[in-house]
Amino acid sequence: MFEFANPDTLATIFAGLTALAIMLYAVLDGYDLGVGITLPMKNEAWRDTAIASIGPFWDANETWLVLGVGLLLVAFPKAHSAILEAFYLPATILLLGLILRGVAFDFRAKVHPEKKRLWDITFMTGSYIATLSQGFMLGVYIMGLEYTTASIIFGVFSALCVSAAYALIGNAWLILKTSGDIQKRAIYIAKRAGVLTFAGILAVCLINPLVNANVYQVWTTPPFAYFYAAIPLMCFTLFLAGYRALKMVDNGASDKEWLPFAITIAIFIGCFLGLALSFYPYVVPNSLTLYEAASAPESLSIIFAGTIIVVPIIILYTGFAYYAFRGKADGLRYY
Amino acid sequence: MFDVLILSRIQFAANISFHILFPTITIALGWLLFYFKVRYDLSKHPVWMRAYRFWVKVFALSFALGVVSGITMSFQFGTNWPGFMETVGNIAGPLLAYEVLTAFFLEATMLGIMLFGFRKVPGWAHTGATFLVAFGTTMSAFWILVLNSWMQTPQGFEMREGVAHATDWFAIIFNPSFPYRFTHMLMASALTVCFLVAGISAYRIYRGDDKKAPRLTLKTALFTAALLAPTQAFIGDLHGLNTLEYQPQKVAAMEGLWETEKGAPLVLFGIPDEDTKTNRFSLEVPNLASLILKHDINGELKGLNEFEGEHPPVKPVFFGFRIMVGMGLLMIAVAWWTSFSLKRRKRLSKLQLMVLIGMTFSGWIATLAGWYVTEIGRQPYLVSGVLKTADAVTPIAGSNVMFTLLAYLSLYVVLLIAYIRTLFVLANRAVKEEEYDLAVPGLGEQGRNQVKDAAQSAKSREDKRAGHHPNKHGTHEPQNAGA
Ligand code: HDD
Ligand code: HEM
Ligand code: HEM
Repeated sequence: MFEFANPDTLATIFAGLTALAIMLYAVLDGYDLGVGITLPMKNEAWRDTAIASIGPFWDANETWLVLGVGLLLVAFPKAHSAILEAFYLPATILLLGLILRGVAFDFRAKVHPEKKRLWDITFMTGSYIATLSQGFMLGVYIMGLEYTTASIIFGVFSALCVSAAYALIGNAWLILKTSGDIQKRAIYIAKRAGVLTFAGILAVCLINPLVNANVYQVWTTPPFAYFYAAIPLMCFTLFLAGYRALKMVDNGASDKEWLPFAITIAIFIGCFLGLALSFYPYVVPNSLTLYEAASAPESLSIIFAGTIIVVPIIILYTGFAYYAFRGKADGLRYY
Repeated sequence: MFDVLILSRIQFAANISFHILFPTITIALGWLLFYFKVRYDLSKHPVWMRAYRFWVKVFALSFALGVVSGITMSFQFGTNWPGFMETVGNIAGPLLAYEVLTAFFLEATMLGIMLFGFRKVPGWAHTGATFLVAFGTTMSAFWILVLNSWMQTPQGFEMREGVAHATDWFAIIFNPSFPYRFTHMLMASALTVCFLVAGISAYRIYRGDDKKAPRLTLKTALFTAALLAPTQAFIGDLHGLNTLEYQPQKVAAMEGLWETEKGAPLVLFGIPDEDTKTNRFSLEVPNLASLILKHDINGELKGLNEFEGEHPPVKPVFFGFRIMVGMGLLMIAVAWWTSFSLKRRKRLSKLQLMVLIGMTFSGWIATLAGWYVTEIGRQPYLVSGVLKTADAVTPIAGSNVMFTLLAYLSLYVVLLIAYIRTLFVLANRAVKEEEYDLAVPGLGEQGRNQVKDAAQSAKSREDKRAGHHPNKHGTHEPQNAGA
């Protein structure tokens, strides 16, 4: 059958695609999870607006997770099994959270009005379960995919910081999609979530090289060392810029309401690149490289061909959807 | 007590059974909505939009449940059946990837426009989005059924060092059982939706809803069902013949046939007993099984005893098959009975309405029963002749699986109850709505006049009724516009 490239190149390409899908997931579902965990429980009208701002998008956002996990599954089946077996319980808890929030979102609009609040609480709880379990898994992954007391503690810390990061991006999205008091609230939350996110990134930068010999090596050997060092620096600069942007939107000095969101995306990308590059070429930290884990080249070629053709089309119609729902969010109506 | 194989099987079965309930609805309901939308675009008659707006809510809810349970499914292969991907991943992988790329993104993205975009995009774009969502759900079904059919009747591959490698993708996709399984499943979805729509519409009418929309949807659903139910029986028969060719042990279990026989009887009812290898209390029609399956009264059918140790557990396959076929025959009977009344008398009796309400979820029962026949009938193999289920299971601790299984089951029970109740909440709310509401955007002059006419005639009907007996449901509440 056809083969485009040698197996190692294909494995690298697929590692890149998988990483890309997971990163897009973190950014896209990140903002709607963030809206979920900071849902304004005190004000029903605000809740309606907040949810209306993510309504048309959350489903497609979540599909990036399916693609990411799917690519891992099809391109690196051994790594997929190893990772998901290690994460059996947290991954299941993540799924339960995603189920709860996904359906709550829909039920809230259709049940008796007095039950609506209950489903809103479910939506928020499900979102929390999802962000916390994702953060926990990230922490344990960084600690080498093993359960020790230290890795569990770090996992819990990471759970909090990842949730903060999602709160940050979610509220940056709300700043873009709302106005008035609810926007003020989003700015307030974004500032505080930003600080916690910052602390988390700092901690990962310190701890990651200490626990992973491989990471330590790439981070300290020139010429790559300079490149790697640039990433945390860039992130910190972005944080400063983001803080300024928030302030300016807040006191009306700037109408660039999209700027906090754009900066947060850049921070997400920076962190992700930093992590991905420091683990390369391992998929399972310190034990399985992506070349060892890759599946047969013929199958990868088939998928690659499809990806090249279909992904641009996906981007096109996704763009159309965002264009159709541009501007401030208003109430969702089924007609 | 915590046998990881048994628990993983139960968990997989629970998850996929829950998942399939919702795609079964969305696949065909998407096309039905597209039909409503096109009729509206052509006629601008508001009744079509009314029907669309009611059923699109049911669609949204079903879709959400389908998506979240589907995401669970895509983790299952890695968490519970690592041996599956390690052995046949080179074939399953690309099929699953194509499903994500060509179906999931399409339906998930267009769904936003379909649900909330009516006033945001031009009419044609909204109709187009509705079409693409329906198309996407059908593509999902296509790819996943390719994979499932390949697991039943694998071909187009070779084994190298215990791992399957694809040699012919055309043969893999169009494997022998695929065309039958795909059409049978699409038909199953259509019938499930017909009876769902008929059931809910009948419920509304039963509750005194006198508007045009429920009568229209009732008629559409029943006439379609009258046409499709017999077709499904025919396709099912072909499906069975195909199975006989490739998986004779499954057919033997479906028929409860222990000994190889010429002129085998059709067992209408009985209780298969694996210990004595006979059926107890059986009621048989001589030679009929041979006639149906071989089209010859004296045709030879292979019995289960020829497949010692390689045949599936008999009871669930045997009973599952009878439940599905029984449901299929009941559907034919009910669809024809009610369709005739509708044609002749333009209305249904109270009894008929009640029967339809009772059959609201009959499609689910038949579909699940059918899948149990198919999947349990493939045991002890996961991929026929290639990989045994027991060899694919995860090495993780049984107690973990027990925990997750219980968590899933309790969540599913709650969600299923909430889903069914919400359907009836929606129906009750619709009963109280005004016949038409002039605020439907994009109506145009002609449409607005039609609305006025319709409102007029509704009003005179109302007056007439009020003369005979008091208005049943009191005041009309204003249009509920919420999402
Ligand atoms: C509304 C749903 C529905 C209805 C009314 C029927 N079926 Fe069915 N049947 C299915 C829904 C279904 C299904 C869920 O879609 C299955 C499971 C997997 C598959 O391929 O289709 C199935 C499987 C299935 C199989 C097993 C094929 C295999 O795996 O080897 C056979 C032999 C039949 N059907 C035959 C029939 C016959 C003779 C029917 C006559 C009335 C019938 N079905 C009605
Ligand atoms: C959607 C309707 C489906 C239902 C209701 C269903 C039901 C079941 C059931 C009851 C079992 C357990 C069989 C047993 O252990 O005796 C099973 C097994 C399985 N099915 Fe399906 N199935 C469906 C579709 C699919 C599809 C589309 C696939 C593949 C793409 C699939 C893959 C599997 C696998 C991997 C197992 C392994 C676990 C096992 O054999 O126990 N199923 N399914
Ligand atoms: C092992 C088997 C299966 C897996 C792994 C699986 C996976 C998934 C996933 C991940 C989604 C969510 C897509 C999104 O994010 O939009 C989904 C939805 C869907 N699945 Fe499945 N699925 C399986 C079985 C089936 C079967 C048997 C059918 C139908 C014949 C089916 C039809 C659909 C459809 C139509 C959707 C769209 C959502 C909906 O309509 O509710 N799937 N599935």
